[in-house]
Amino acid sequence: MQRSLFARQPSVLVFISLLAVFTIVITVLSEGFGLGLVSTSFVKILGKTLCLCLVAIAMDLVWGYCGILSLGHFAFFGLGGYMIGMWLMYERTKDIVIASLAGAELPPTAEEIREGIGTQIFGVVGGSEIPVVWYFADSLFAQLALVVLVPGLLALVFGWLAFRSRVTGVYLSILTQAMTLALSLYLFQNDSGLRGNNGLSGLQNIPGLTHLPQSVVSVWFFLASAFALGAGYLVAAWVVSGKFGNVIRAIRDDETRIRFMGYPVEAYKLVVFTLTAVIAAIAGALYYPQAGIINPAEIAPIASIYLAVWVAIGGRGRLYGAVIGAATVSLLSSWFTGGQAPSIPLGFYTIDWVDWWQVLLGLGFVLVTLFMPKGIGGLFDRLVRKDAA
Amino acid sequence: MLRICLVLIAALIALAPAHAQEGNLNTVLEAYRANIEKPSRTTITPVLEALVESQAPGVAVFLEKWREKELWQRKSDGRFFYVSKADGGKLMLTDIATGEEAGLADAAELDNLKPNSGVRGVIAAALVQFQLSDPDPERRLQALTALERDANQSHLSILRAAIESEQDPAIRTRKERLQRLLTIKFGFDQATRVAAIESFAGDPGVDARAALNPLLATSIQAFDAVPEGVNVARILTPGRDIEADAAYQLLVDAGKARPIVPLAERKQALVTNIRDGRVGGLPVAELVTQEARDRAYLALAADGSVPPLVTADERQEAVAGHVFAEVYAEPDAALTEAAEETLADINGTVGVYRFLDLALDGLSLASIYFLAAIGLAITFGVMGVINMAHGEFIMIGAYTGYVVQQFIPNYTASILVALPLAFAVAFLAGVALERLVIRHLAHRPLETLLATFGISIALQQIAKNIFGTQARPLTSPSWLDGAWVVNDVVSISYIRIAIFVLALVFLGLLLFILNRTRLGLEVRAVTQNPRMASSMGINPDRINMLTFGLGSGIAGIAGVAIGLFAKVTSELGSGYIVQSFMTVVVGGVGNIWGTLAGAGMIGSLQKLIEFFNPSNTLAAQTYMIIFIIIFIQFRPKGIIALKGRAAGD
Repeated sequence: MQRSLFARQPSVLVFISLLAVFTIVITVLSEGFGLGLVSTSFVKILGKTLCLCLVAIAMDLVWGYCGILSLGHFAFFGLGGYMIGMWLMYERTKDIVIASLAGAELPPTAEEIREGIGTQIFGVVGGSEIPVVWYFADSLFAQLALVVLVPGLLALVFGWLAFRSRVTGVYLSILTQAMTLALSLYLFQNDSGLRGNNGLSGLQNIPGLTHLPQSVVSVWFFLASAFALGAGYLVAAWVVSGKFGNVIRAIRDDETRIRFMGYPVEAYKLVVFTLTAVIAAIAGALYYPQAGIINPAEIAPIASIYLAVWVAIGGRGRLYGAVIGAATVSLLSSWFTGGQAPSIPLGFYTIDWVDWWQVLLGLGFVLVTLFMPKGIGGLFDRLVRKDAA
Repeated sequence: MLRICLVLIAALIALAPAHAQEGNLNTVLEAYRANIEKPSRTTITPVLEALVESQAPGVAVFLEKWREKELWQRKSDGRFFYVSKADGGKLMLTDIATGEEAGLADAAELDNLKPNSGVRGVIAAALVQFQLSDPDPERRLQALTALERDANQSHLSILRAAIESEQDPAIRTRKERLQRLLTIKFGFDQATRVAAIESFAGDPGVDARAALNPLLATSIQAFDAVPEGVNVARILTPGRDIEADAAYQLLVDAGKARPIVPLAERKQALVTNIRDGRVGGLPVAELVTQEARDRAYLALAADGSVPPLVTADERQEAVAGHVFAEVYAEPDAALTEAAEETLADINGTVGVYRFLDLALDGLSLASIYFLAAIGLAITFGVMGVINMAHGEFIMIGAYTGYVVQQFIPNYTASILVALPLAFAVAFLAGVALERLVIRHLAHRPLETLLATFGISIALQQIAKNIFGTQARPLTSPSWLDGAWVVNDVVSISYIRIAIFVLALVFLGLLLFILNRTRLGLEVRAVTQNPRMASSMGINPDRINMLTFGLGSGIAGIAGVAIGLFAKVTSELGSGYIVQSFMTVVVGGVGNIWGTLAGAGMIGSLQKLIEFFNPSNTLAAQTYMIIFIIIFIQFRPKGIIALKGRAAGD
């Protein structure tokens, strides 16, 4: 039975090679490292899309393979962004404060620098004290650890509570949605210590790398995102292909039967839930330095539902489906809402896609659910079957 | 006192025909002509006193005209008249005392007397005593309102005099209450003031608290020894009741201790004393800690170039050597004691009323949640379907109400039309959604959830495209404006009462439909066992469709109700959807009583959390949701759980 991962999951090899080719092509065409045919802002869009694909893989793992429709995975994504954002913003502000105090007659004390940073960051919410949650903000390694630890622990505690009391199905979806809402409402407060609805900004400026132009930094982040996506795909493929994968798929199909067979269903679900939360957080930590800004609106429940929509359109229960769905919908969405799509004049009314894209998306999504339950990824099945026949 | 009253009564009777005692008023005016011509705040006091003394009829009218700048003086003989416009650009003169016409005159022959605002204020104060006994109750009330806003010591005796003659019991009560309030403030002897203070025990009125609180105003002062001869509220222990730094600052302010050199000034002193890159013997580059800076400063202080530092020991000693106390501004201890006790009593009463008010608030929020959630509970309970578009049905109802108001301008009629129409529109939308989408996704609850979410974002965007992003008003009829005010603490707006009534009506209606009608019987049968119901001749598809329509229709009605107090926007419904889910899940699925219990719990809990943290409703919602997540740990099936086979396990 012990075949190699690539033999069990033929899509892995195809996916990794396609991703590698895509990455190399974009790098060669980019402004920072090559011909300059692809603009810096488009490299950023592609890099962000890769991060969204990664969080979609996490969503597919937890929903498509394990049957837990979590409406909270974008909250983990956002938390990851907040954790890295704290370091980026703190260190960047520190550089600015030290530079502005350099001309003073007396060299600044450590307290004065801290006070300057506090005023710079928290003046907008009417404070100058640096809150406790920023304790580790001056250490990159600590914050990188928090990117994994904070969302991971939240998922672990929440999942433990939820699975322990056998909350399943739509109840669990609603409960995760409530968690997401609570988190975003909490972050919206000015005294949450994370700048309320202002969020964290200026994240595209990487401390220590400010001498590099954005065109170069954007390619680095693009490469990092591509690497993370490839690694995430491998991890997910490995998870779903072994015995563990069989068990979680069985939990999805008939939880009670698996419990009666003696498997600790709760533990399996908890592992998947926490693992995917961590993957989502890593994706978020790569996404927000490219986006430049994060605020609580990003975490709002609707974002997590969109995540589920991407996965459903792409095709659940197949990893490449999640990637296809996330890439297609998010790129289409930015194309339509960016005002680039041509309006359709109907004579009596002009369909402006900025206004009507949401309607198209919503109805399109209903149609996919009704008539293509396997999503776009389902089309590949037919291709393969035709080849075989 | 009594004499003035009697006179006032006499004056009241005599006021209407103003010619009974002719000449009296004119003589007084004649005597004080100079003062009236050029009045100032000080010179008109004797005039006003004399006028009041004279007890002449028409004094009130005179004072009013004077204040309103409607008094004229004839240049030739200096007599005063009222004037009115006559034919030919002439002015008709009216005698002040008799009210009879006194011939025509050109405008050039007369001067209009225009007292400045300070004088007019004094006149107005003198007028109060006439207005308080005015035959027109409306004007008496106006005078009282003016006094409640702004009174001085002189008004107290006037008010006391005016109480006796008061016939209207309501106005009399108000006058007496004001009299007691003014006694607290301006009373002459201790006993009456204490009595007045104590009479307010248990009174929740804001005015009572406003009268008592100034009596209890305190200031913190520093004394060399335990103070005597002042009304001490309490002695403060430095470090516990008052911070040591604040205590020291108090001593500095009182000139009893040397001021501390602030941090910023010390830094500035260091900067100005930099010599050749060194300050106080230390190289500037080394001054990167506060401790090093302090050393440099001490070195500077030692050679006298900067004011010396106040050491911590010195500060401690100074604070220890003095007594700090909160001292009442009011010197009379008996008064402050009575006020303290009365206020404590009032606060007890106010606490009880606050709780009552909170309970009312919670009840009204609960009825809103109930209305918003009950439709969801029906569809969720009967069909096991999560309808994410439920919030958009609420929105559809609210917009229906708005559109109806564009056609029917009468608000009462439009609401009466809007309620059934909103039900009908949302019912049809619900039936369409059920037939087109939900029916095809039977037994796939998670996909139903996502498909209805797709409907939800499409509907929201369509509403945005039609009605725009700005909020649309849904105006309530005027008889729903205002609030039912019990006292200064407890009040509830009529709209909220109406919503409460609406929620009750729907509770009753639903109970009736589900328990007493054929449809209800079939719905319950399908809820409990669809296949068995189907084999008994019930068409589950039809029941599902009707149930879904019913739930959606009620959401439409909830939309009209919510639109009355919230602005109608395309996001109206999505703001309620999570709360509605919470209500259903907490209450227990498939049970109207459960939804009621859930709404009651969530509504009152949210108000309770807001009560403890009133500045932060966001935090209240956060804690609320966390509480619900924990609650579901202990009762995963909600407060009222279905038992047996209907529970679906």
